[in-house]
Amino acid sequence: MSDVFDRIRDEIGKNDVLLFMKGTPVFPQCGFSAAVVDVLSQLGVKFHGINILTDGELRQGIKEFSQWPTIPQLYVKGEFIGGCDIIREMFETGELEQVMKEKGVTLAHAA
Amino acid sequence: MPMAADDIIALIKQGIPGAEVEMQDLAGDGDHWAATVVSPAFAGKSKIQQHQMVYGALGGRMGGVLHALKLTTMAQKP
Repeated sequence: MSDVFDRIRDEIGKNDVLLFMKGTPVFPQCGFSAAVVDVLSQLGVKFHGINILTDGELRQGIKEFSQWPTIPQLYVKGEFIGGCDIIREMFETGELEQVMKEKGVTLAHAA
Repeated sequence: MPMAADDIIALIKQGIPGAEVEMQDLAGDGDHWAATVVSPAFAGKSKIQQHQMVYGALGGRMGGVLHALKLTTMAQKP
């Protein structure tokens, strides 16, 4: 399992905003993943999506790495922010935008 | 076999002292649930920690037999 943890750390290190998801940002294959993609798009956050459906090792590994049993999982600047429910709730209260700003993530609001 | 609401409620109450649990069947298929969990045990904990406590109470079923559970947690009712 340590190999996959290394891979996860590497990806988290390389990507400021990283979403472990089912499907791809353009074609999410689960409603929960789609909801987080939608929130990030509304905020105008550039992010990298990793499709865990095509990688069985990663699919199991990320759950153990984050100690979180479900997908999607959002990481910002190396920190686990939450899954779908938390992200949606944080978006609605404005907390997510605040976290992004605090962490120095650029927000390009759509006009 | 999907999990029955009563089983989910019982597990959460067993794992989190003093928890009040309300379940909602999101899709009407007995398999996609939303749970609101209110417990003083959540006080002072982050959302991630609160949700992890619920997942812990469910003992590994989340992501397995229980694949869709939308969670809302709070320390006290608004």
